[in-house]
Amino acid sequence: MNSPPTARELNLCLCHTCGQPCDMSAAPTECDRCGAALHWRKELSLTRTWAYLLTALAFYVPANLLPVMKTTMLGSGADSTIMSGVLEFWQHGAWDIALIIFIASIAVPGIKFVSLALLLITVQRNSQWARKERSKLFRFVELIGYWSMLDVIVVALVAALVQFRALGTIEPRLGILFFGLVVVFTMLAAMSFDPRLIWENPHNEERLDDATQR
Amino acid sequence: MTPHNADTHTSTPAGTPAIKTRRFSVSLVWIVPIVAVLVGISLVVHNVLQQGPTITLNFKTGSGLVANKTEVKYRNVVIGQVSDVALSDDQKSVNATIKLAKQAESFTREDSKFWVVRPRIGAGGVSGIDTLLSGDYIGADIGQSDTRAKQFKGLENPPPITYGEPGKRFTLHTQGLGSLDIGSPVYYRKIPVGQVVAYELDADGKGVNIEVFVHAPNDVYVTENTRFWNASGIDLSVGANGFALKTESLSSMLAGGIAFQAPPYSPNDKPAAEDHTYELFDDQQSALAPPNGQGQYMALRFDQALRGLKVGAPVEFLGVEFGKVVSINLDFDAKKRSFPINVGIVIYPQLLGEANTKLLKATQHDPADEAGGVRLIGTFIENGLRAQARSGNLLTGQLYIALDFFPKAEKVAFDPKLRPVNIPTIPGNLEQLQEKLEGIVNKINQLPIERIAGNLDGSLVELRKGLAQLNAKTLPGVQNTLGDMSKTLQSANSTLAEDSPQREQLSQTLDELGRMSRSLRELSDYLGRHPESLIRGRPDNAAPTDLQGPPRK
Repeated sequence: MNSPPTARELNLCLCHTCGQPCDMSAAPTECDRCGAALHWRKELSLTRTWAYLLTALAFYVPANLLPVMKTTMLGSGADSTIMSGVLEFWQHGAWDIALIIFIASIAVPGIKFVSLALLLITVQRNSQWARKERSKLFRFVELIGYWSMLDVIVVALVAALVQFRALGTIEPRLGILFFGLVVVFTMLAAMSFDPRLIWENPHNEERLDDATQR
Repeated sequence: MTPHNADTHTSTPAGTPAIKTRRFSVSLVWIVPIVAVLVGISLVVHNVLQQGPTITLNFKTGSGLVANKTEVKYRNVVIGQVSDVALSDDQKSVNATIKLAKQAESFTREDSKFWVVRPRIGAGGVSGIDTLLSGDYIGADIGQSDTRAKQFKGLENPPPITYGEPGKRFTLHTQGLGSLDIGSPVYYRKIPVGQVVAYELDADGKGVNIEVFVHAPNDVYVTENTRFWNASGIDLSVGANGFALKTESLSSMLAGGIAFQAPPYSPNDKPAAEDHTYELFDDQQSALAPPNGQGQYMALRFDQALRGLKVGAPVEFLGVEFGKVVSINLDFDAKKRSFPINVGIVIYPQLLGEANTKLLKATQHDPADEAGGVRLIGTFIENGLRAQARSGNLLTGQLYIALDFFPKAEKVAFDPKLRPVNIPTIPGNLEQLQEKLEGIVNKINQLPIERIAGNLDGSLVELRKGLAQLNAKTLPGVQNTLGDMSKTLQSANSTLAEDSPQREQLSQTLDELGRMSRSLRELSDYLGRHPESLIRGRPDNAAPTDLQGPPRK
């Protein structure tokens, strides 16, 4: 390869906190500038990502099955789950809103699960396949991460605003909590993932080991 | 810090110390998904534990039933939800699948009731108004049975009495439902204490059975002697005191209602048992009236028109009402060529009270002995018992039948074998009066009024002539005579005046007369003492005093 030497080859390690390249020849444990702990790669990146991803997946089930809010209009109340809300909007002809909710609440978390799982598996397999695209994929996942919070914010907003007693009230239900947790944990998973692992050289297995160890 | 991590690497050599520490490092991060899974599992378990029984309700229509929205409520607490609404297999009804809550398990008792609560405007008022906004829901009432069921038939109307309310049910029997309806109130002393819960035709279709429910604790006022009457509508009566308007309450006026009360004096009265059957009377008066007892049908035959006599008109005996007219029929008498009227009456001797009992005792008559009773009536008729149609109200011309004794009435043969018993009649007071008046009018009609009038006219002409003569001739003469008379009277007056010479002379004359009479008396006295002087003449020695009188002049 004609690539320039990596930081590892120059025995340098970038401080995660302040960005200072530290000389690792003396094997320091802290950044000599800010005092933060030094790691070659993000600490336990794959394990944590997996754990958070699975947690988010576990919460994804009740988040979609349980009702997220209860709308009481003129005395008649109905619980609605995310999917029922989407269907209701769709049936009433508001397909644009239905599409937005569907993308933000169901599709985006799903895409994140698939993308993160793909990234994790390829990294674990040390795959050389489409590294650049995978890197783009990760940036995309990070970008759309918090957009799923849209739902939580909408529910919080309408629950706070629509309190007209007998005329109509909206109350949040348990589902929205799980949904929020799904979003939080997918974001945590994305944050735990170290994109540099995508570029890890398959020939330097020992050094990779080191990286994950620190 | 762990030197090795199995998750990141398949090729990591596992040393003995690594196994020790791996657990620690794994548990630290993996706690999070484990907790998440546990939470999920606990949710599932909780859900399964909360899952109540599923039942199917069968309704005629699915109106107001929405899957996953319509709730099942008991005492306004949600105990379940409709999970599915579908047509039944034969497409004649709608099956609603209900998921009941865990604690609502007892609602699967076989005799539990379910109905759709909709806004209803009924006799008893407006109900279910809240569902106007909130949408319909299914009401439930828990049953008593021990057996459980999965299939229930939904009621079309909400049961009027729910939730095992304390009280008693009673059955009222009547001829027609009137303005009553399910939910019509039942009043006791004008306080609503219950309501009509059901009604149905008799088995033979000749009456109506009304089921009423009286709430506890007022159900104790329904005693065995209690009378129920229809309190619907307005009772406007025109009596001697004027108009009397009676209503039970405004709502009963509109919606109908039933009132009950025991007669004022009802000793040994005890609260009625559940499902006691009563008669429903038309009004309070007939309800609280003493019992009629055995009625007796009798026939009357009138020869006069009976305008104003109506079926239901009272029959009175010596002024006491004890029966009523039940039929009025026009008849044709072929012999007399007339149209008599047959009037059927029913009398209730028991209504005569004391009179009846004492009469029975005195005649030692057994009420059950019908022939004896007829014989008794026969004796009455012999003594002048007659029926008469009398005018009860001159203004409206209403007639009533009066049974009274008319000792002067013509004797009538009484046939004790005839049924119904026939009581002879005599024309009414008004008719009698009418007849007399008619006779008078006839006589007047027969008078030669024309001739009398002609004669009278002639006489009057003569009279006028005479009067004219009188005026012209006699009256001036009379005037003169009167002037003369006046003059005469004047002269008489002057003659008789105090200072007139005639008067003077008169008094002198009278004095003379007096003296004369005195001398005459003396003379007579003297003659009495000396009768001989008539012959001999006056003696010389006669007392001078004796002689002084007469010759004084």
